[in-house]
Amino acid sequence: MPNAASRRHMGARERLQRWLPKLVLSPSCVLVLFFVYGFIAWTSYISFSDSGMLPDYTWAGLRQWTRLWQSWTWGIALHNIWVFGLLYIVACILLGLLLAILLDQRIRAEGVLRTIYLYPMALSFIVTGTAWQWFLNPGLGLEKTMHDLGWQSFSFHWLIDSKMAIYTVVIAAVWQATGFVMAMFLAGLRGIDGEMIKAAQLDGAPIWKIYLRIIVPQLRPVFLSAVVVLAHLAIKSFDLIVAMTGGGPGNATAVPATFMYSYAFSRNEMGIAAASAVFMLAVIAALIIPYLYSELREPRP
Amino acid sequence: MSAVAGRRFTLARALLYTILLLFAVVYLMPLYVMLTTSFKTLEEIHQGNMLALPGQWTLAPWREAWGSACIGLECSGIHGYFFNSIKIVVPAVLISGLLGAFNGYVLTKWRFRGHKIVFGLMLFSCFIPFQIILLPMARVLGILHLANSTAGLVLVHIVYGIGFTTLFFRNFYAAFPDELVRAAKLDGAGFFTLFFRILLPASVPIIVVTVIWQFTNVWNDFLFGVSFASGDSAPITVALNNLVNSSTGVKAYNVNMAAAMVAAVPTLIVYVLAGKYFLRGLMSGSVKG
Repeated sequence: MPNAASRRHMGARERLQRWLPKLVLSPSCVLVLFFVYGFIAWTSYISFSDSGMLPDYTWAGLRQWTRLWQSWTWGIALHNIWVFGLLYIVACILLGLLLAILLDQRIRAEGVLRTIYLYPMALSFIVTGTAWQWFLNPGLGLEKTMHDLGWQSFSFHWLIDSKMAIYTVVIAAVWQATGFVMAMFLAGLRGIDGEMIKAAQLDGAPIWKIYLRIIVPQLRPVFLSAVVVLAHLAIKSFDLIVAMTGGGPGNATAVPATFMYSYAFSRNEMGIAAASAVFMLAVIAALIIPYLYSELREPRP
Repeated sequence: MSAVAGRRFTLARALLYTILLLFAVVYLMPLYVMLTTSFKTLEEIHQGNMLALPGQWTLAPWREAWGSACIGLECSGIHGYFFNSIKIVVPAVLISGLLGAFNGYVLTKWRFRGHKIVFGLMLFSCFIPFQIILLPMARVLGILHLANSTAGLVLVHIVYGIGFTTLFFRNFYAAFPDELVRAAKLDGAGFFTLFFRILLPASVPIIVVTVIWQFTNVWNDFLFGVSFASGDSAPITVALNNLVNSSTGVKAYNVNMAAAMVAAVPTLIVYVLAGKYFLRGLMSGSVKG
């Protein structure tokens, strides 16, 4: 009976149509569940195991975590990421906001300037690190240039000074990200309603006061986004440090990311490496999850 | 806004332009030094000024960087690694982009119970520090016989690119009028017809944003490259780092800078040609809608 057959056929088609969306979505879901969340679970378990060079699934409680916290290098890494992160975030936000405000004054050739400020963001950190390592080279770089220009006493050895090397990384990192922060603030500035500003101008308020009292407070969401994005970039920073200082001199510029890498692949201490990675994830999660939650919840106007 | 100051030429405006130009000089300086150094002879580098233009222009550093510089034990320059990066970037961008487009489409136009959770899980995956997956990924790539291969890196970049590509397309399709979709559904358009006939033709801007974002990220990746593909299948960033930071012999700064330029040129070209889209990717990668 052709009629019943076609009806059954239609039923199958409809059912397929109903399942098709989920079917199309499922490969990505499987990949993400396995490679992201499965891997997170695996690494977390390893951090509580006896694993050294090879995974060893014997439960070891907090042994790896204790060893991590007793590690001298890990202490340096935590100190460095704190110094680096704080300076990086503050400098990027101050410079980014300054550039955005300056660019928001009906500047001729604004597009060209914006392009110049933002291009470092398109570069690989390895390229940035290579360039800055050369630029700050003690002996041939900035130092020699200053000597040639007649400033004989100028001395700049930060790159090979274990106390100062981390600041060279801050300089390069700020150079790379400021343009991006500027773009975020500029978008924020362009979205501000002009009425209140006009009213304040009519009242004769000076420009700096208008910015301080009216405009900057309205940029609060941008500040929040910038801090979250920069903080998470800072915690993840790895390439730039490898390219500029290699974590050195000695361990002077070690950060959690380079610590994890060297314990995982050079020292074959899987358990400690896993614990440090879990720590990094926990910090980022504590930062990102509330942020994403608030961004996804309230519908934007 | 942008109406605080007038356009009258005053001392303040002169100062404003001076500061902006000074910043521009500072921002261009490393690129300028990198470029000029790459055209100098090593002798001139040791004697001359870093900021001076080359007294005697030479292409030799570029030739050496491309074809004969020693990376590890191999002395054939970075060209092989450059092509490795291309071999990784092209499939990784296409496949992760396609998956992201479909995901964004399903998550906005074919919603089901739990679609928010699925999206949340994908979104969070954009932000994880990749250290958390390095150890298991190294093992899985070993089991799949993909360790130290460009194919392995393609897989890695697809998996960890899905979050961003899904985010881009989801936000874009969320703003796509539902009435059009509903009307097409009433006309009997199926899942794929709707996607290919109605949504995809309207998606050019977000495709450009996604391709640029993924291209830049994959091209500039170092962590995955150095962890999973050392040796012959390494991407350009890893080769550049090995070249620059190997401790043997005299440091050929000019060759290093030429190699760094080679690694930088593809993303710089994309940025100059399509800066607007690059910025849109950055912004939606940071501020979710």
